[in-house]
Amino acid sequence: MNDFSQSLQLIAAEEILTVVGLVLLVVAAWAGDKASRAISIAAVAALAACAFIAAPTLCQGLVGPERVAFFGQYSADAFSAFAKLLIYAAGGAALIVAPSFFGRVAAIRAEYPILILFAVLGMNMMVSATDFLSLYIGLELNSLAAYVLAAFLRTDERSAEAGLKYFVLGALASGIILFGMSLTYGFAGTTSFAGVNAALSGDLSTGALFGLIFVLAGLAFKISAVPFHMWTPDVYEGAPTPVTTFFATAPKVAALALTMRVALGAFGSQVDAWQQIVIFVSLASIIVGALGAIGQSNIKRLLAYSSINNIGFLLIGLAAATPEGAAAMLVYLAIYVAMSVAGFVVVLMLRDAEGNPVEAIADMAGLSRTRPALAWALAAVMFSLAGIPPLFGFWGKFVVFQAAVNADLIALAAIGIAASVIGAFYYLKVVKIAFFDEPAGVVSESGESGVDAAAHKVLLLVSCLFISPLGYLLTPWLGDLAQKAAAALLFVG
Amino acid sequence: MIGIEHYVVVSSILFVLGVLGIFLNRKNVIVILMAIELILLAVNINLVAFSAFLGDLTGQIFAMFVLTVAAGEAAIGLAILVIYFRGRGTIAVDDIHRMRG
Repeated sequence: MNDFSQSLQLIAAEEILTVVGLVLLVVAAWAGDKASRAISIAAVAALAACAFIAAPTLCQGLVGPERVAFFGQYSADAFSAFAKLLIYAAGGAALIVAPSFFGRVAAIRAEYPILILFAVLGMNMMVSATDFLSLYIGLELNSLAAYVLAAFLRTDERSAEAGLKYFVLGALASGIILFGMSLTYGFAGTTSFAGVNAALSGDLSTGALFGLIFVLAGLAFKISAVPFHMWTPDVYEGAPTPVTTFFATAPKVAALALTMRVALGAFGSQVDAWQQIVIFVSLASIIVGALGAIGQSNIKRLLAYSSINNIGFLLIGLAAATPEGAAAMLVYLAIYVAMSVAGFVVVLMLRDAEGNPVEAIADMAGLSRTRPALAWALAAVMFSLAGIPPLFGFWGKFVVFQAAVNADLIALAAIGIAASVIGAFYYLKVVKIAFFDEPAGVVSESGESGVDAAAHKVLLLVSCLFISPLGYLLTPWLGDLAQKAAAALLFVG
Repeated sequence: MIGIEHYVVVSSILFVLGVLGIFLNRKNVIVILMAIELILLAVNINLVAFSAFLGDLTGQIFAMFVLTVAAGEAAIGLAILVIYFRGRGTIAVDDIHRMRG
């Protein structure tokens, strides 16, 4: 057991984020919105510094009592390091794409990077929590920053409405998780994951079963899994696009990593109790995500349903309840983050002649003739999301299905593969509109220039290279890291 | 004699009332904020009752954290509601449907 000073060393990344966030808040109050670019750069630098702290933990596969901080509240192990690296990458992307978007509507504000930093801090706590108390604090720290981010364009009605909807349903989800935690605490007598795991082994009492179900239902809200997905399309559409980029990536990683820790850690002795639920939620998410996307005319809503669909595939790995399934989920998550970032950067780069954002799918008609590079990037994202080889998105689906088959969930894998065909329909429809329809003449033919445009291009290039067939060169490395992380997740000692 | 089960029943009733308050209320968003508070207080009753029953302090510490976070949550909820009202001039639940699909 570590004492207080050792604990403080283990949470170095969280300390950096807290101190940098608070200092930047003072700077923002002092210098006003004209300092927002400098604050953004400082925030990206802080995220990079945190990534350098997390990387060695992951590469060495660190886990065990010496990585546990604050008397079992917190674990800075390889699993949390894997999730944190993805969260930092997603947070950095959301910071890089922001100035150009907000600059155009003259709504650039210095609070944006600070709120992202606090949200990332909350997500760090979520993925490292090994106790319901630290879990709850992390979850709320993330959620409170996220509600404000969703409503960030204060003069835009859609943004305010997205913030309100996200707040009401997010607060309800937190309440449900909390009620589940209170029941679990009452019947297990402790709030630490290891303690709950030990206390619930054997027959499950009705009260503890209710606790388990409430906690998982609340988490399903946070990862936007069916039947708790209804907020996702509205929030994705209404929130400013850089914020949507953030919502589609970082909180998904954090909430899913948290779900893995709770399901396989705290409730790991009761796999039979939740396996059926996860299988149902996973299939329902895949099917509803695929069917719901078909009628959409707004690209952000389409990507929202696509994320519901992807969460379904990710949950197949959780349903397997094996180390292999957990490792497969982590590989899929890494690929999913790259696909989502690439997809939203393409959306952000679509502008009409006046520089206003273009969101209607019909307006993308003939994109291959007006903006060929952008059209090819869009096609790569759509094919990758559909899981069509040789793009890297296929590999993510392949590993989760393999884990499900090895865990004797052959029916689940078969239905999942069949349902992914439905998903392919609407992904291919977008590609068809962009490549084979007559140009609609809405999207501006000349790209932007300047530092921000170059940053968009670099971000798009890096994420597209990752999801391109070249990504397969990374599979041994990615698989190795995911296995170390999964081993840390299921470490019992 | 009032036992632990009474407390759990009361808190469950409050929790269900809070959830129904969110879904059945068609008038005013402020009522939704009150319903959320009701849910959090139901949880607190649970935590404190279990804490006393088990003779373990964790539940009461947890309840203090929940109270603190509930205050922050209400503040942010009201702030978002204010900017929403500025844009739309109404906070009736039935009017929150600019986005559909």
